[in-house]
Amino acid sequence: MLTEQSFLRPSVAAAPASMPRRRAGALLVAFCAALFVGGHAAPALASEAPDALIQRIGTELIERIKSDKSIRDGDLNKLSAMVDELLMPHVNFRRMTSLAAGRWWRQATPEQQEQLMTEFRAMLLRTYAGALAAVEDQSIRMRPTRAAADATDVIVRSEIVQPRGEPIQLDYRLQKTGASWKIYDVNVLGIWLVETYRSQFNQEAAQSGVEGLIRSLEAKNREFGPDRKS
Amino acid sequence: MEAATGTFQPSAPAIVGRGNWRVRGSRAAALVLCVLTLAGCATAPAGGRAGGGADDGFVADPLEPFNRSMFAFNDAVDRAVLRPAAVGYEAAVPIVFRDMVGNFFGNLDDVRTVLHQLLQGKPAEAFSDLSRVVVNTTFGFGGLADVASEMAIEKHDEDFGQTLGVWGVNSGPYLFLPFFGPSSIRDGFGRIFDIAGDPLGEIDSQALTNGLWFTRAVDTRLRLFPAERLLEGAALDKYSFTRDAWLQRRRNQVYDGNPPFDEDEGDREGDNEGDNEGDK
Repeated sequence: MLTEQSFLRPSVAAAPASMPRRRAGALLVAFCAALFVGGHAAPALASEAPDALIQRIGTELIERIKSDKSIRDGDLNKLSAMVDELLMPHVNFRRMTSLAAGRWWRQATPEQQEQLMTEFRAMLLRTYAGALAAVEDQSIRMRPTRAAADATDVIVRSEIVQPRGEPIQLDYRLQKTGASWKIYDVNVLGIWLVETYRSQFNQEAAQSGVEGLIRSLEAKNREFGPDRKS
Repeated sequence: MEAATGTFQPSAPAIVGRGNWRVRGSRAAALVLCVLTLAGCATAPAGGRAGGGADDGFVADPLEPFNRSMFAFNDAVDRAVLRPAAVGYEAAVPIVFRDMVGNFFGNLDDVRTVLHQLLQGKPAEAFSDLSRVVVNTTFGFGGLADVASEMAIEKHDEDFGQTLGVWGVNSGPYLFLPFFGPSSIRDGFGRIFDIAGDPLGEIDSQALTNGLWFTRAVDTRLRLFPAERLLEGAALDKYSFTRDAWLQRRRNQVYDGNPPFDEDEGDREGDNEGDNEGDK
């Protein structure tokens, strides 16, 4: 297993020379890395701790991306398949979506809930896919994590150290379900994904209902999706 | 200026009238006017936290009509002037020189950061960032090269709005400023101080000052391209997405990345949905 300092750098070394050097891509990198990169386990936590889990997933994802140029070039289908295989088993996406939808989740039919999850997932995938192309020379540093030993809901804190500029804060919220930890929220630069989308979803649903929200997400995904001619 | 007032006092901007600062340029004047005008109608502080207390996900935004019109105004200005300028700048100027420009302004930001680290009672960080300024100004040729980052001296970012926050001042209502973008009553007020203390304002040539200000605006705009793409693709409503993200980010900055965890969030509806499902 690679160390915290080194495990992002090889992917940079492997990046094609034509990759544009985008310092300003840090934000997107962060969004991407929030889901794709973990860190090493904090000493205060046991071996099966959530941050150890995140490191394992992150390492697998990084290795996969390094070995697959088409993912780095933004092939959404390949990215989607990879996310399904490596990441989603460790994400409680239903919980993530239900939290984002708030009270509208309970008003939604099971079919609508599935549609919401599908469209939300597509929207997030698009966002992270764009980020992958901007990976530069970063490394991961864990920040102190406050959690009791018997906690079932923890925040894992980390940051991406950049060659220049401020470190990018990256936190994860995980919940223990049965024996395993599952990610259900991500914080980039102090901004929680669920809280931000909660407001977006509610605003849309309050105006046009659950069905209207689903249609808006569909429209957004169509407009900015892989089929868009640009 | 009194520290630790606990809550934002709408009357505070009245101090502006007695101020003796060298606020220059029409933008600064517009800002002052704007803050003065709005402070009068600022009644209920939003509590400084996105989503605070609201169980429906709505963020308190009493100035929303004004904010939305300013959002539209900025968007128009951006499309007409700033964005084309940034696109042209990126195309015409090689990355090496753009980095120098960014480093130069970053060095000036570090000066401001040091001041506010001291005001916030963080002498160790202030010393660290001061050494950045010293190293970059000397070995970095007046700030054109970010030698300090090569030496792994970490960069931080502090401003007067954050200092007021550390002192206990609530952010007050969200405020979208013409030209400057997302802010709050507190941070807009703080920005007046930061503009007044801007080293660029000390330059004797007004033309040079304006030129540098515009260059900095273009440089900043260029750095916002990724965020812009993200906003286009990920937001259902760009105005509220920007607002909610920005309010969270500012609160996080005030606490230097470790905001107190809000237990109320456990009350969120839908909280128990799907707890036992590890599906995709």
